[in-house]
Amino acid sequence: MRLPNFLKRKSSREVAKDRLKILLISDRVNCSPEVLDMIKQDIAKVISRYMMIDAENMEIQVSKSSSRGRGNKNPSLYANVPILDLHKIT
Amino acid sequence: MSEVIVVTSGKGGVGKTTTTANVGTGLAAAGKKVVLIDTDIGLRNLDVVMGLENRIVYNLVDVVEGSCRVKQALIRDKRYAGLYLLPSAQTRDKTAVNESQMKKLIDHLRDQFDYILLDCPAGIEQGFKNAIAGADRALVVTTPEVSAIRDADRIIGLLEANAFEKIDLVINRMRYDMVKRGDMMTVEDVVDILSVGLIGVVPDDENVVIATNQGEPLVGNHTLAGRAYKNICMRILGQDIPYLDLDQSISFWTRVTGIFHKSQEGRV
Repeated sequence: MRLPNFLKRKSSREVAKDRLKILLISDRVNCSPEVLDMIKQDIAKVISRYMMIDAENMEIQVSKSSSRGRGNKNPSLYANVPILDLHKIT
Repeated sequence: MSEVIVVTSGKGGVGKTTTTANVGTGLAAAGKKVVLIDTDIGLRNLDVVMGLENRIVYNLVDVVEGSCRVKQALIRDKRYAGLYLLPSAQTRDKTAVNESQMKKLIDHLRDQFDYILLDCPAGIEQGFKNAIAGADRALVVTTPEVSAIRDADRIIGLLEANAFEKIDLVINRMRYDMVKRGDMMTVEDVVDILSVGLIGVVPDDENVVIATNQGEPLVGNHTLAGRAYKNICMRILGQDIPYLDLDQSISFWTRVTGIFHKSQEGRV
């Protein structure tokens, strides 16, 4: 069954939120989304040598510090890589 | 102990000056000795929002250059005991003052006031650097819009790089009718994205425009924005003020008569 259009469409609030989240990641590290995407692809390539991963659904994120305003001030890169098979090499 | 608060946002037009005027007035109404400093050299506005534009003799640049004494440049607001304004210069530019001059001025004022509020110019250039130079804490004003939030994030990053430990968020021009329709980010969305503590939410209220027209801060009056600003002041003073649920606080009778505009629902 086809859903009516208004049910499928994201609200403008969600669109804004999603856009901002991506935008702020690149703002915070001062590099473009394209560069971030290249980093992501390279990480995926390296890990794929050792295990089968879901490269489509992996996420990378840069945060300025573990919790804002406290602790170390160095930014850190988080990669969330879903593993499909730990032992199988793609 | 005096506290120096800078009101900043990055983006222009989100309500820095209105916030400075109302928070400052609210703190003075609560019995504190307050001075408001307009650091937007070349584009001064705090004087008109406060309705004190006709009483300016000397300004910030005159003070830092030593052309007058600090006391001569301070305008006393006759409506509130203990409320003073140090206006900015209109005919100079941002390079007329530097960071060490600002620090020196603030240190001088610390002895005489409980709260020093700095109205920061838009942008991240010299004016911003001057405004944050002597401040202890920051109020970051944003609206629930992509551009304002992006700039607020940049500002928060710069404040953190300058070792600010107290950074609080003011979300201005919240429209609960739009939130209900799914067409505006919620308070939680904005706080989540910016990951700093929230100190107040000011609903989009036409009374703010009316108050600015009249040069009379609306903090503490019956309007929604007036109540929201008063709550921010109380939170600055260290009180634990709950966020009002306006859906409940609007009385049955006003609901029936429909006096309140739809956008006046939500929390402040």
